Amino acid sequence: MAGLVPAIHMDPRDKPGGDENWSDQMYLKMTRRALPLAAAAMLALSLPAYAAETDAPQQVAAAQAPTVTIDNFAFAPALTMIAPGTKVTWTNKDEEPHTVTSADGGKTFKSEALDTGDSFSFTFDKPGTYKYFCSIHPHMVATIVVK
Amino acid sequence: MDSRRDFMKCLAWAGSGIAWSVVGGVPKALPFGLGGPALAAEGSFTFVQISDSHIGFKADANPDPNSTLQAALDKATALKPAMMVHTGDVTHLSKPEQFDTADQIIKGAKLDVHFVPGEHDVIGDDGKMYFDRFGGKGAAPGGWYSFDQNGVHFVALMNVIGFGPATGGTLGKDQLEWLEKDLKGKSASTPIVVMAHIPLWSIYPQWGWTTADGDQALSYLKPFGSVTVLNGHIHQVVQKVEGKVTFQTAMSTAFPQPAAGAAPNPGPMKVEADKLKTVLGIREIAFAPAAAPKLTDETLA
Repeated sequence: MAGLVPAIHMDPRDKPGGDENWSDQMYLKMTRRALPLAAAAMLALSLPAYAAETDAPQQVAAAQAPTVTIDNFAFAPALTMIAPGTKVTWTNKDEEPHTVTSADGGKTFKSEALDTGDSFSFTFDKPGTYKYFCSIHPHMVATIVVK
Repeated sequence: MDSRRDFMKCLAWAGSGIAWSVVGGVPKALPFGLGGPALAAEGSFTFVQISDSHIGFKADANPDPNSTLQAALDKATALKPAMMVHTGDVTHLSKPEQFDTADQIIKGAKLDVHFVPGEHDVIGDDGKMYFDRFGGKGAAPGGWYSFDQNGVHFVALMNVIGFGPATGGTLGKDQLEWLEKDLKGKSASTPIVVMAHIPLWSIYPQWGWTTADGDQALSYLKPFGSVTVLNGHIHQVVQKVEGKVTFQTAMSTAFPQPAAGAAPNPGPMKVEADKLKTVLGIREIAFAPAAAPKLTDETLA
C-alpha cells in the first residue's frame, strides 16, 4: 500500500513508533515478522544505505521519518504526503517563534510555541487532508495529505 | 512648520521624537517637547502607550528586554500620565515565568494599566494565562472591553486569537456585534480611542500586517469626530490619517522590525547595540478640551 503513495516523504511503518529510533525499530520488526511487500522492498533499498550512512545520505533521507522545516516564515515543504500511521516532525529554524496548528483551530493537533531549534511531532493515523498554519503568523499555511 | 515637506519628512521616519498634533484630521509635525504646557490645562489628561515588550526574548536583537521595558516605564512614569495602555505582546512565548516577570516589572511603575493581548501572549491556551493576569475589568468572554477616562471612550479590541489560517488579525462576528452595540448611543463628539495589537488597517498583508475584518469595525467608528487607533505588532511607527480617524502603530520596547518589504521576512532586526534605544520607545497621548489628541513618539535613547 505504501508503495502506491506518491510520497514526498514516505514512512512504511504500520504502527506509530513513538519516540523510538526508527531504524532500530524497523530492524526489530524485520527480524520478527514479515513486512508488507512494498515496505520490505523499500527497506531492502534503504538498509544498505543506512549501513553506509555517510556515503549515501540522500537515500537515507528518503526513508527517514518526514520532517518539515520552518524557515523564513514558511513551512517547507508546503505539502507532505504520507501513509497512515506516519509521524511528522517540524523544526523551527527561524529566530522568531512559530506554532504548528491544525486549521480547525488546533482541535486535531497543535504545538506549543516553538522557539529557535524547537521541534514538534504528530502521528497521523487517519487518512485525510490536513491543512495547518502558524497561529502566531496565520498567513503561514501548509498541508499534510495522509492516504 | 506645517509645510508639506516637513510633514513628509516626519512621515518617512517618526522614530526619533516627533510630536503629532492632529487637527481636523490633518497631522502637523511639532518639535518634540511642545506638548508640555498644554497638559496643565484644566480637563486635559495624558496617557502613555507602550507595546511589544516581548519578555522572554533572548536573541541577538535584544538579549535583555527586561531592562528596555524598565527604561520605557521610567520614561512613562516621568510623564506622570493618568494611565497607561499596553498594546500587546507582553511576553514572547506565553510562558508562565514570562508573564510573571512582565507583571512584576510593569507593576513596579505603579500605573493604572489597560492591556490588549498580542499573538505572542495567547499561544497554546487561547490566552488563559494572559487573561488571568491582564484581562480587562468587565471584559466579554472573548477578552474585549471598553472604559471611559476623562470623557474619552476607550475600546480594547482583541484580534489575535486564531480562527484559522488568515491574512492577518481577525476580530470575528461576536466582537464586531459587541463593538456596534458598545458605540451605539454615544455622542458623535465623544473622542474615541481604539486599542488593538495587530494594525486594524492594511499595512502589508504579505507579512500579515492587517486585520481581515478591520474595515467592518472602522465602519462603526465613522460617525465620530475624533477617532485614534493605537496598534502595535510591527515594532515601528507607521501612521495613516483617513477622514477623522488617525491610525498609528507604536515602537516596541524590545526590538525593531524591518520596514514593510525591506527584508525577506518580518523577523527581529538587529541594530548596533548603541543604536538599540534609538529604535525603541513609548508614546504619549495628550487630550485637551475641544482639541484633537496630540501623539508624541519618544525613543528610549
